[in-house]
Amino acid sequence: MTVDDTRTTPTTQTPEESVTLSLWRGDARGGELVDYTVPAQEGEVVLDVVHRIQAEQAPDLAVRWNCKAGKCGSCSAEVNGKPRLMCMTRMSTLPTNEPITVSPMRGFPILRDLVTDVSYNFEVARRIPTFKPGPPQADGTYRMAQIDIDRVQEFHKCIECFLCQNVCHVIRDHEENRTNYAGPRYFVRLAELEMHPLDIIDRRELISRELGIGLCNITKCCTEVCPESIHITDNAIIPLKERIVDARYDPIAWLGRKILRRPDPTPASVAAAFALTSQPHIAPAKTGPPDISTR
Amino acid sequence: MARGNRDHPRPEDFLMPEFETHTFDVLIIGAGGAGLRAAIEATERGARTAIVCKSLLGKAHTVMAEGGVAAALGNVWPEDSWQVHFRDTMRGGKMLNNWRMAQLHAQEAPDRVLELEAWGALFDRTPDGRILQRDFGGHRYARLAHVGDRTGLEMIRTLQHRAVANGVEVFMECKIIRLLKGADGAINGALGIWRESGTFVVFGAKSVVLASGGVGKIWKFTSNSWESTADGHALALWAGADLIDMECVQFHPTGMIWPPSARGLLVTEGVRGDGGVLKNRDGERFMFRYIPPFYASETADSIEEADQWYDNKRDFRRPPELLPRDEVARAINSEIKANRGSPHGGIFLDIASRRSADDIRRRLPSMYHQFKELADVDITTDPMEIGPTCHYIMGGVRVEADTTATTIPGLFAAGEVAGGMHGANRLGGNSLSDLLVFGRRAGWHAAEHALGRPGEVVLDPDQIEEHSGQALSFFEHDPNENAYGIHHALQDTMQDLVGIIRTESELIEALQQLDGLSERAGKIGVEGHRQFNPGWHLALDLKAMLSVAYCTTLGALERRESRGGHTRSDYPDPDPKYFATVNMVTRMHDGAVTVVHEPLPEMPDDLKVLFEEPHK
Repeated sequence: MTVDDTRTTPTTQTPEESVTLSLWRGDARGGELVDYTVPAQEGEVVLDVVHRIQAEQAPDLAVRWNCKAGKCGSCSAEVNGKPRLMCMTRMSTLPTNEPITVSPMRGFPILRDLVTDVSYNFEVARRIPTFKPGPPQADGTYRMAQIDIDRVQEFHKCIECFLCQNVCHVIRDHEENRTNYAGPRYFVRLAELEMHPLDIIDRRELISRELGIGLCNITKCCTEVCPESIHITDNAIIPLKERIVDARYDPIAWLGRKILRRPDPTPASVAAAFALTSQPHIAPAKTGPPDISTR
Repeated sequence: MARGNRDHPRPEDFLMPEFETHTFDVLIIGAGGAGLRAAIEATERGARTAIVCKSLLGKAHTVMAEGGVAAALGNVWPEDSWQVHFRDTMRGGKMLNNWRMAQLHAQEAPDRVLELEAWGALFDRTPDGRILQRDFGGHRYARLAHVGDRTGLEMIRTLQHRAVANGVEVFMECKIIRLLKGADGAINGALGIWRESGTFVVFGAKSVVLASGGVGKIWKFTSNSWESTADGHALALWAGADLIDMECVQFHPTGMIWPPSARGLLVTEGVRGDGGVLKNRDGERFMFRYIPPFYASETADSIEEADQWYDNKRDFRRPPELLPRDEVARAINSEIKANRGSPHGGIFLDIASRRSADDIRRRLPSMYHQFKELADVDITTDPMEIGPTCHYIMGGVRVEADTTATTIPGLFAAGEVAGGMHGANRLGGNSLSDLLVFGRRAGWHAAEHALGRPGEVVLDPDQIEEHSGQALSFFEHDPNENAYGIHHALQDTMQDLVGIIRTESELIEALQQLDGLSERAGKIGVEGHRQFNPGWHLALDLKAMLSVAYCTTLGALERRESRGGHTRSDYPDPDPKYFATVNMVTRMHDGAVTVVHEPLPEMPDDLKVLFEEPHK
């Protein structure tokens, strides 16, 4: 059976109890939308229909998914052009008088069908110095008030679906920014570290110089698509921008640097401290021994 | 239309000696909680370590854990201690547990949780700023450290950042299809397939840790994610390792039942821990009718007593809704069968009438979201409809408690893939702590084993060629048999014949059906090419699922009693004289699976005392 055999009649002739998905099929070299019609079932989400198409008509249809419960962030795609998790998009919320288009995230290179290459995100993750706490209490534990961690817990809700990275036009429209811009997901990660009551590392220079927070012009596209409703722009990015500004333009600190002729704490020194520069990407095919910590 | 290379691959194109090869001291299969914790430990002990996982990093099934991680921190109830946790765990497991694993688990869980906090995890807090703990079934005291109802996400993210910072190499979207053995019979590597390209990759390793999770996708209604296809259990079986207690499968009492597409999705036990109650069609809190003698002395027998327990655990006994999961699942099953169920064939779980809307949204945000989005139900005003769903396998690879070493040199196992820790039934919250305690021990002993093994591993090209050839053979067959169809048939067989309640005739019928399905699975024809082809991946997964389904069914047939997650309608009671003292051990010999009874390790007297004490 070839894919073309599965082409179905136009929707105008489709019985009412059917549903037609127009799925993007192809690979890095190109592709096209292919219509598949299956009987409609009660209470389904888009991913259910994709699965039935896979089981009955297109066994090699490539799609990423794991939990089908909105908890893992694997099945990100664009449904009728809107970035969504397929597992949390009810069919009943979509117009059925025309085919429902399901296409891969446009912000990432295509691998096959609905699957994209999201390795860029894991490369950015490697550039961020991880959490480091100050000393614990005498009994070896840490004390924190709930009120002091509420805002950081919001950032910890991120399921890494990368929909925010997908829609951020700083990278979506400007390929060249991929090396000097972390993207909304990683501003959320940086905000969680910077605002963690126990963390003692100052990442502000890294955030401004290497990870390019200044490029974000607060269009809030990321916030709109977040399936976890994290207030990415208001609660993560804007406060980070304010911290950077405070660090950079504090007149007393500026005067101190001038008078004492001390250089800025450079991003290189920050990065060197954590041996994070030019980390190769996460997988596959790496050569040479890994960076082994013996802490 | 451009759809890439549609030519069927020819085996001779790929059976060349130039396989992509990587070598490590320690190779970890699986990147859930156990695999990540093992990787962190192995790197910190100086071993060159890699993780290989079927999905992207951070998506493993651990991410779906909701309610919390059990550890006797004593932050809410200072009376709690490892001894009480140990006793609860053993009793919850109906005493089939490996006592030493349960002991290590109870003793080490608090340190493992505190360690996560030092790595950046943010658990919900007590008023004095310590880690808050919540009530769960079978636990005498509020014991589960948690983050709302998304504790697994917090854990996996914390471990993932730590592992990456430690320099662990991660091979994502790569499926291991076979363990490789050296001439001495020890495990020395694994053969995998890149999902993206469909090409093979060979890992040489002095130690291999199985941390591959569970088997839930063998059943039709399951809370498990795509990945839970029994890979690790099967890899161990095929390599000659022992599996124990494979008949002990946990059906979680509260899965969603409506809409049909959401059926099986987990509803956290935290709903009941936080005050939710189970009601039948008549509005009756029916659990009071299902208190087994084993738990009668510690379970409230009136609504008045049960409702006071949440605030006063010293003077009152636990509500029956918080009996261990096996008891609650059986009770729900009985109510539904007696036609006292809800409109869609489940039972009502009600927290709306018990707690304020604000409390519910704060304590159970993802449950609120899940029901609102998928079922149009507002759980702050209406009850949820729930029913049992396949959730966890207590059985698994037989390991040595202290080292997690399996019966094959060089092979270790931790987390859900390992057996023994949870006996015949796992308590909620004990899985996340299991991952941490035994993940660490696996990483530690795998590193020690690897660093003590001189020279380089020598891989056997014959094994690599044999198994890669088998994996490609699916492309040669006619596409008359389709992997999806066989998977659905397998799920129907197991759901209908090897479900919550089992009986001899049905188990024999299941074995016959499994034989038929295995034969059909051998003839699966895969359409398309090797690049990211889910039909092919499922054909490979099915091989594992069928092997493991057979072990479960065989164990279930052999254990002629009811105990924990294994209930036989033809042997409805536990057998304290004989079956309480033996593990069902399944192993593969010359391609055939056999089952034998072997004695449980005996608990020392100083621990036995803990079970004699009069507990209220």
